[in-house]
Amino acid sequence: MVDSLTSTTMPYLSLAIWVPIVTGLAVLAVGSDRDAGTARRIALIGAIVGLLVTLPLWQHFDPATTDMQFVERADWIPRFDIHYLLGVDGISMLFVILNSLMTLVVIWSAWEVIQVRVAQYMAAFLIQSGLINGAFVALDGILFYTFFEAMLIPMYLIIGIWGGPNRVYAAVKFFLYTLLGSLLMLVALIYLYNVSETFSILEWYRVPLALDVQVLLFIAFFLSFAVKVPMWPVHTWLPDAHPEAPTGGSVILAAITLKIGAYGFVRFILPIVPDASHYLSGFVIALSLIAIVYIGFVALMQADMKRLIAYSSIAHMGFVTLGFFLFSQLGMEGGLVQMISHGFISAAMFLCVGVMYDRMHTHRIADYGGVVNTMPRFAAFMMFFSMANAGLPATSGFVGEFMVILASVKVNFWLGFTAATIMILGAAYTLWMYKRVIYGAIANDGVKALTDLNRREFWMLASVAALVLWMGVWPKPFIDVMHASVANLLAHVANSKL
Amino acid sequence: MPTVNFSAVLPEIVLLCGASAVLLVDLFVSDTRRHVSFWMTQVVLAIAAWASLATMQPLPGTAFSGMVADDMLADTLKFMSCVAVSLALFYSRSYCGARGLFRGETFVLTLFALLGMMVMIAAGSFVTLYLGLELLALCLYAMVAMYRTSNAASEAAMKYFVLGALASGILLYGMSMIYGATGSLDIATVARALAAERGNRTILLFGLVFVVSGIAFKLGAVPYHMWVPDVYDGAPTAMTLLIGTAPKLAAFAFMLRLLGVALGGLWFDWQGMLIILALLSMVFGNVVAIAQTNIKRMLAYSSIANMGFLLMGFLAANPNGYSAAMFYAIAYVLTSLASFGMIMLLSRDGFEADRIEDFKGLNQRSPWWAFMMLLVMFSLAGIPPTVGFYAKFTVIQAAVDAGFVWLAVVAVMASLVGAFYYLRVVKVMYFDNATDTEPIEARTDNRALLSANGLALLVFGILPQPLLGLCVVALAHSGLL
Repeated sequence: MVDSLTSTTMPYLSLAIWVPIVTGLAVLAVGSDRDAGTARRIALIGAIVGLLVTLPLWQHFDPATTDMQFVERADWIPRFDIHYLLGVDGISMLFVILNSLMTLVVIWSAWEVIQVRVAQYMAAFLIQSGLINGAFVALDGILFYTFFEAMLIPMYLIIGIWGGPNRVYAAVKFFLYTLLGSLLMLVALIYLYNVSETFSILEWYRVPLALDVQVLLFIAFFLSFAVKVPMWPVHTWLPDAHPEAPTGGSVILAAITLKIGAYGFVRFILPIVPDASHYLSGFVIALSLIAIVYIGFVALMQADMKRLIAYSSIAHMGFVTLGFFLFSQLGMEGGLVQMISHGFISAAMFLCVGVMYDRMHTHRIADYGGVVNTMPRFAAFMMFFSMANAGLPATSGFVGEFMVILASVKVNFWLGFTAATIMILGAAYTLWMYKRVIYGAIANDGVKALTDLNRREFWMLASVAALVLWMGVWPKPFIDVMHASVANLLAHVANSKL
Repeated sequence: MPTVNFSAVLPEIVLLCGASAVLLVDLFVSDTRRHVSFWMTQVVLAIAAWASLATMQPLPGTAFSGMVADDMLADTLKFMSCVAVSLALFYSRSYCGARGLFRGETFVLTLFALLGMMVMIAAGSFVTLYLGLELLALCLYAMVAMYRTSNAASEAAMKYFVLGALASGILLYGMSMIYGATGSLDIATVARALAAERGNRTILLFGLVFVVSGIAFKLGAVPYHMWVPDVYDGAPTAMTLLIGTAPKLAAFAFMLRLLGVALGGLWFDWQGMLIILALLSMVFGNVVAIAQTNIKRMLAYSSIANMGFLLMGFLAANPNGYSAAMFYAIAYVLTSLASFGMIMLLSRDGFEADRIEDFKGLNQRSPWWAFMMLLVMFSLAGIPPTVGFYAKFTVIQAAVDAGFVWLAVVAVMASLVGAFYYLRVVKVMYFDNATDTEPIEARTDNRALLSANGLALLVFGILPQPLLGLCVVALAHSGLL
């Protein structure tokens, strides 16, 4: 139970944060609207380098230790004992790579699609990528908070500048909703500092706290992360944000930003307020089940593809929170696997919608029909991703869901039974949408004029499909990495702080 | 044996001589060569700033038989006031030029206003406090009124003067009661008398209520805020910039010396009053700001809310809280300078960019200035990585530390409301299309300084330690607490 810190020589984590941010600033400085090509090329190089510097994290990762790895520590604000303290364990490491990968995908997906203010678009995604990496690797409360809040700014601009007709409403709602939660978290962080005299998250794991204090801290943290996940009933910003956001915005929002909420549960809530977590676990599980069942039905009735996938995301993230609050190794790992898998699948689904949107400029289901006749290769990819979204075995979507269902059946059969309805509901809404959009007779002249995937789109979808398949068939490398850290986390959660 | 220590008031002497010199020289300068007076003023400000730093010393002392305090807090704040006023003059140069305000009187009154601030900042007695305050206030009244051709400015000057005079009267009345109870006007003596629990408590508390009311008037805290929106809006933006920035530093010093030091023994009593003022200001200021379409009025309500936050740090009544409030004041002044600087940058001859919609599509017209305004807005909203975040962070930390968690929760909810209207400015700049296609023209020095000011919000947001440390050190070396 010792959270000592091991160090390395190369500052991989700093590179993961600062390479994208610096390239983003370079894109802003160099690229203008007239010279979009330069902006695109610099952004692509930045995203590739940004991904490359995160790969050594997995290569040199020691799955046997529960310590934080690749630790970097420097004084930042001595006035409040705030440090520039970075480190990853088996829980956070994979998300850094996932985020860097998705940034590359997003830059690639926007290549010729974005034509206005290209430099600002690319820069916003790169800077956001660095900030998100920062949130995943920060081990200091205020450092985390800085990244956590700052990442709202690029996303606000992404939705607001390149978004759909109702973008202003969506952007402001997104910003204020998330800010509501995080401001309460700020008070909680400051409270913890005042009792412990430190902002180090790992130190907070050992601070004794009375149950009533724990419950209040739980509420503050919970509001912050539940909005981000998002959990029912604070989810309403997400279905508004997705349809308005440009494709890239939707991809990052679904694949990464939601994960930070769930990550907050395992990094902050469970180990810092373990007793309150046990005390309120029934409450969280209830909310998760509502998200799975009720939101599943809501998704069924959506007329807009992006809204439908947004609701589907809420339901799938409900599975993650359910897995976490079962307090078992299987459930926790299932939740984490589900997070990564959902990162791939939701990103792929939004990319698919984006491919159609670029041609038809609509994501209403009713505007489509018979797409398979004109875009057969695209239809095949979308079929694969829809199946994965529905949790088909041999895709990554199955692994996490199966683990969580198994863990919940061990706790209570009916709990597992209710959770398992996602298999049916997920298949129902995803495949029904697929049927209406892709199959049937050609609906209109727009669909008739569609052209199939170009080379860029093909390889983009193919690479994500390969990852979904890999994780579905051979999830062991992913789970091995998290094993020790999850066990350590559960030890913290089982250890009362009263 | 009375001690006379001229080095303690060197910046003030520089300012006084400089202001008189500018006044004389300006008589012989023709309208086309008015920049001579301008640069002379800047030189005086630079020398005063240098004098503030040069006379800085680690041990606190007094001068003129205790009338003037000579400590690091005073020197630090004097220096910052000089910088703020100097920036304000640079920002408003073209603006004043286009409105017939680029005159010798502007410079002289500005220098005298700064002199008033410095006297306040370094006051060692109620008399000097009051003298400084009045000198500052009278200069500001005159400066608002100087824009004679504008009805709004005349009205604003009248309101400012009447309400300001009332507040001064209230403050003076409160001071006289404290004098009656303790028998002294000297800050240190009053503090000692209170520590020894001498003086009639009823009279002291009665006086305290008046003093707090007077301070709240000057700060513009609810419910004494009525003058703020009208004055900010009505005054020419150059004068709003002066009213809304450096005097906040002086007001902080004023509050610290009066409440924190002299009436420190009554901290429990004024803490309760400040809680009410802080709470009302944060909530009211932020809520009402939402309804504004004029950006100067919006910033006025924003300033009311910000003063609420400053009070929240101050009311912790301990060194941690005072240094938080000081940092807040500095961060607010830095942000405020840039905000009004941006408004004047977009203003032209005959066009005041004072409506929020005047910022429409700024990102299309100039991505750089849109980015600067973005930093200003996020700094006011308290979003990291801008200095405004650490300002909010320190005061919330001070409040939580003092046991007011509930107040901190109300404060963050108020700043959530505040984020809404700051975001609206970002929205019009980035999401709307430009209707105004005039190119943005400004002098090179103005551009460079305003850019540096905007970037400072980001730099101090990423590396706040120097400023945070400075506040702690300045207070610790002043022997006030």
